[in-house]
Amino acid sequence: MADERRVISVIVANEASVLSRIAGLFSARGYNVVSLTVAPIPDTEYSRFTIVTKGSVRVIEQITKQLHKLIPVLRVSETEEMIEKEMVMVKFPITENLSDISVLSNAYNGKIANVGTDTIVVMVADEPKRVEHFLTAIKRYHPIEIVRGGTVAVER
Amino acid sequence: MQISGAQMVIEALIAENVNTVFGYPGGAIMNVYDEIYKQDGFEHILTRHEQAAIHAAEGYSKVTGKVGVAMITSGPGFTNAVTGLADAYMDSIPMVVISGQVPMSLIGTDGFQEIDAVGISRSCTKHNYLVTDAKDLPRVLKEAFYIASSGRPGPVHVDIPKDVTAQIEEFVYPETVSIPTYKPHTKGNKRQIKKAIDAIASAKRPLFYLGGGIINSNAADEVRKLVKMTGIPAVETFMARGTLHHEDPLLISMLGMHGSYAANMAMSETDMVIALGARFDDRVTGKLSEFAKHAGVIHVDIDPASISKLVNADYPIVGDIKGVVLEMIELAKEKIDAESYTPWLETVEHFDKLHPLQYFEDTDRLKPQWCIERVGELLGDDANISTDVGQHQMWTAQFYPFSRPRQFISSGGLGTMGFGFPAALGVKRGAMDKVSINFTGDGSILMNIQELMTAVEKKLPVINIILNNNYLGMVRQWQTLFYDKRHAETDLSVQPDFVMLAQSFGGVGYVVRTKDEFDAALKDAIEKNVVALIDVKVERLENVLPMVPSGGSLFNMMLLEQKKES
Ligand SMILES: Cc1ncc(C[n+]2csc(CCOP(=O)(O)OP(=O)(O)O)c2C)c(N)n1
Ligand SMILES: [Mg+2]
Repeated sequence: MADERRVISVIVANEASVLSRIAGLFSARGYNVVSLTVAPIPDTEYSRFTIVTKGSVRVIEQITKQLHKLIPVLRVSETEEMIEKEMVMVKFPITENLSDISVLSNAYNGKIANVGTDTIVVMVADEPKRVEHFLTAIKRYHPIEIVRGGTVAVER
Repeated sequence: MQISGAQMVIEALIAENVNTVFGYPGGAIMNVYDEIYKQDGFEHILTRHEQAAIHAAEGYSKVTGKVGVAMITSGPGFTNAVTGLADAYMDSIPMVVISGQVPMSLIGTDGFQEIDAVGISRSCTKHNYLVTDAKDLPRVLKEAFYIASSGRPGPVHVDIPKDVTAQIEEFVYPETVSIPTYKPHTKGNKRQIKKAIDAIASAKRPLFYLGGGIINSNAADEVRKLVKMTGIPAVETFMARGTLHHEDPLLISMLGMHGSYAANMAMSETDMVIALGARFDDRVTGKLSEFAKHAGVIHVDIDPASISKLVNADYPIVGDIKGVVLEMIELAKEKIDAESYTPWLETVEHFDKLHPLQYFEDTDRLKPQWCIERVGELLGDDANISTDVGQHQMWTAQFYPFSRPRQFISSGGLGTMGFGFPAALGVKRGAMDKVSINFTGDGSILMNIQELMTAVEKKLPVINIILNNNYLGMVRQWQTLFYDKRHAETDLSVQPDFVMLAQSFGGVGYVVRTKDEFDAALKDAIEKNVVALIDVKVERLENVLPMVPSGGSLFNMMLLEQKKES
């Protein structure tokens, strides 16, 4: 069975231990985590985890069921109908071709976020696949540091 | 009322109708023990090791169906209890385990006897809590009992820092639980149940695959009825022993690694598996791709995650077994013709005649299987049977004539040596009117032997029948069969004097070599009514058969060879 990439959105009660419960579930059962983000849902007592994972159909089904079994988990949704975005920040030496970098980041929904004396930081927010393309495209400008934010997603 | 966190624990236990708590005190839990001293709402049983406290609570829970309760201190008290938590988790036993923790101000400082208890118990409990404010205690304890006993049952661990047990707050024990994120499914989908019954009606060789979930759901009576009215044969898992009466004509036997030939062949030949509260454990299925290869699968379970985890279910039904089976009974009345399975029953009978579950008394020494059958003849329904882990455990599951659910108490999922004796103490405490027998091994019994003291002190006359083969027999069997007889570290020739050992604690001990001695020892132990060790010298090299080698197909069994007359 071929592995598929899936985005799972999990709504959980805000409790101190909930991150370790979810992380523990993935490690204990040997599931993959490609990325994981978490933040509170405004004006509620809940938080949303967005987990990108890889596995066979059966494994993905088990992951959603096992997540659901955790007591503080309210809802687990796993559909292909997700709009996904990821943010990434990249730091370059100031000596690189800045106009190229600026044009590229514009093309990927981004901009220059900070200019220092020695380095420049750009940010890009786009679909995860396009973020990959961007990261390939900027390789030749010798990025010093790449910080990916992990995927966030919402159902269409 | 304004009371301390420690008093809240006592009040909550009493409100939950707890009448026995097993435990062991220490620094971090002393405030609670001080309140135990002052109360008379329940009995506290001091075991002599925390692991034993948990196993005793498990045994108590299994025999009574109630939530088992245990109490321990922080650090080493807690770590000693972890094996018990894991055992209860694997076998879905409803438990509430309360541990003391260092005061809040010391958490995270590597304080004396500090250990990240909830960090450790997270992976071996259904749920756990670290209570950081006594205001939360009433709600947490109420939730703990509810979560432990609802849905798929399991152990819940509540860790309480010492200062929280001293904190004084208003106490009102909640009457109801509201956990928006926890709503276990209990009612099976009617349409699915109907489809399942139609599928059974059109099958030629259907088979009930009965699992431990039936016992948790208290659904054995309903299952007995369903089996009888449909005329469909049934196999039981190890955990389900006692669901059907051993004389039920439709009960084939146990299936799995040490299941009977007929049970394993029936599973290999069936065209419709009706799994009720069973989880397709690897010790049951053998090689998955060959398991019930030609069959459709109906799977009823309260835990959605158990369904299609290992074997794809064609008819998944999530719900409490009891309700689902009651609906099945209604539908089956019209749709299922019990007569139609006669040819299938004949096939099964043929399997059973070909290789019945048996043993031969072909050596001078007593056969362990004989001892088990003999207890069955002498005590039958009057005994509750617990076991340790090893060959003796499998023989008990194979040969004891179980007649009711909750009669057989054994560590299935985790396979914990040392489980049997403390569990039997809990069993005895929960059912004083029955004889509590623990079939154990010469290896296992030493893993919680200190409980002789608890048994004597609390007058819990458990009879331990040590099927003494001077080996870690089950491991020795694998070494004989798969490691070219290299018996590495499994020879237990060096042994204590079990008679003197029992006597030194105030119990009784016997050495048994013959059938007469066996009967006499058992009779005497029952009369003396104190904890007993019966050291039965059994055949050393007996193997548990049939055996499906690990990872092999269920239908490829090593079988008992008919010994030739010589
Ligand atoms: C705590 C623990 N340690 C090790 C094992 C592995 N193990 C399984 S059966 C067994 C041998 C048990 O020997 P004994 O109690 O004498 O029973 P017998 O098989 O001889 O009947 C061992 C070591 C286990 N199940 N549990
Ligand atoms: Mg032994």
